[in-house]
Amino acid sequence: MENATAMSSLPTGSWFKPTRTVRAWPLMAPAVGLLLIWAIVPLALTLWYSFQGYNLLSPPATFVGLENYYFLLTDPDLPRVVWNTLVLVLVPLVVTVTAGVLLAVLYDGPFFGRGIARLLVIAPFFVMPTVSALIWKNLLMHPVYGLFAWLSRSFGMQPIDWFTNHPMTAIIIIISWQWIPFATLILLTAMQSLDREQLEAARMDGAGATTSFIFITLPHLARPVAVVVMLETIFFLAIYAEILVTTVGGPGVITTNIPFYIYSRGLLGYDVGVASAGGIFAIIVANIVAFFFVRAIARQL
Amino acid sequence: MVKNKRALVIRTVLGWLIAFIMAFPVFWMTLAAFKTEMDAYASPPLLVFTPTLENFAEMNQRVDYVRHAWNSVLVALGSTFLGILIAAPAAYVMAFHPTKRTRSIMLWMLSTKFMPAVGVLVPMYLMLVWLDLLDTRTALITITLLSNLPLVVWMLYSYFKEVPAEILEAGRMDGAGPLKQLRYLLVPLATPGISSTALLCIILSWNESFWCINVTAVDSGTLALAIASFSNPEGYFWAKLSAASLASVAPILIFGWVTQRQLVRGLTFGAVK
Repeated sequence: MENATAMSSLPTGSWFKPTRTVRAWPLMAPAVGLLLIWAIVPLALTLWYSFQGYNLLSPPATFVGLENYYFLLTDPDLPRVVWNTLVLVLVPLVVTVTAGVLLAVLYDGPFFGRGIARLLVIAPFFVMPTVSALIWKNLLMHPVYGLFAWLSRSFGMQPIDWFTNHPMTAIIIIISWQWIPFATLILLTAMQSLDREQLEAARMDGAGATTSFIFITLPHLARPVAVVVMLETIFFLAIYAEILVTTVGGPGVITTNIPFYIYSRGLLGYDVGVASAGGIFAIIVANIVAFFFVRAIARQL
Repeated sequence: MVKNKRALVIRTVLGWLIAFIMAFPVFWMTLAAFKTEMDAYASPPLLVFTPTLENFAEMNQRVDYVRHAWNSVLVALGSTFLGILIAAPAAYVMAFHPTKRTRSIMLWMLSTKFMPAVGVLVPMYLMLVWLDLLDTRTALITITLLSNLPLVVWMLYSYFKEVPAEILEAGRMDGAGPLKQLRYLLVPLATPGISSTALLCIILSWNESFWCINVTAVDSGTLALAIASFSNPEGYFWAKLSAASLASVAPILIFGWVTQRQLVRGLTFGAVK
């Protein structure tokens, strides 16, 4: 950036017409304009509907003031739902980033058949969320016919009924499985620009593998980790398909996050008003999260 | 570099073990896709069985695979191509003619990604009804394009910034306007980054499920919709479910594997110097 500013402030020769800057606006307009519409129009409509009593099954919309918000905020399930949302962001974040760092280091080093092993590791990233949730729910975690149940029985243990007894853990496992490859991919890319001579020098000075990892590799990965955290936060805040396909938010609201809450309370009941109030609530929560932790991270970029 | 033979052996074993664990669910699904329903529920699980293609035939009877796959391809390619076309000029301005506001615009763009889709589903749905765009590829392409746009701008911006400004300046001196600089200098120089961006977009669009499930149906539904129709198994039919899953995942998985090198090379998001 400094480079570009330096260039445009260079004195230009007298023969050269000083076209100070390009006319930036026409070039920016399509992207900015579209995003502006995309951000504002649905938001304005959501805000409008959040003050309406509007059920698709009994059409005429009537102004009800804050009733939808009152319904939402006095719902005893709400604290749990917000908590679940945060858990479903933070735990998979910790798991995927930790695993991503370790795997990036592992797959950066040479070993036999590394190319193919890498392809296998990133495979889950290409699997759509509905499919991966279905595979895990049925083929692997099913308490009777699933592979895990069979494994437990062969070791003489009681099979775990994942989605009844540990539904949150099960969903976290599925999400982590899907997103570890993403973290690994980005961090692996970052590893490629690590200064090998520095590592070699550290080794010559007698630094062990752990020491070089902590003092050279980890600092090098700080910025890419910030990127991973930011992008994954965006995706984790919106987790929906995995819940829909596996637990449908239950038992009770134990695995309901905000997006799923809006879906089940509002949309399933065709209640546009409540769904919209929920939407506004979700946007506020997302922005609080964004404020606290993406701003801090964005400074890194 | 590796002096230590033991380290190499440990790496190899660990590397393959983890690779096996990560890929196992996909592998297991692939096996189940070729089993009969009886075999799919067998305990102990069968590794060796007589493969059958019956599940794929039945899947195709239930959903029109080719139509959904074609929609997936069109939506992924369409939204990616248009997204890059719209994002590139903006990224060019941000990278080479930044103002005080550039940073805020970028953060604002990213912040639109924090808008939970489910929160604006109802108005989006109603708007599509008003515009008569429900269940059209146009709608799905537009929505996918817009939801990927902030990422595309950010990625392109980070690649463009790595291109020395002197080169563009030289182009400008020779009378090339912004679009010419973009077309003849920036695009060729930033090709690895652009292709990486495109690949990530294609993968994200292919797997996008939320909008597809909620605003499309038989006409414009992608494979993500096709698979969702299998998501509530009344009774048990894992083999058919697996066949449908495999058929929806295989194209993008193979595509991802083939282009992996290009994808990885560019995934820096400007975070690496």
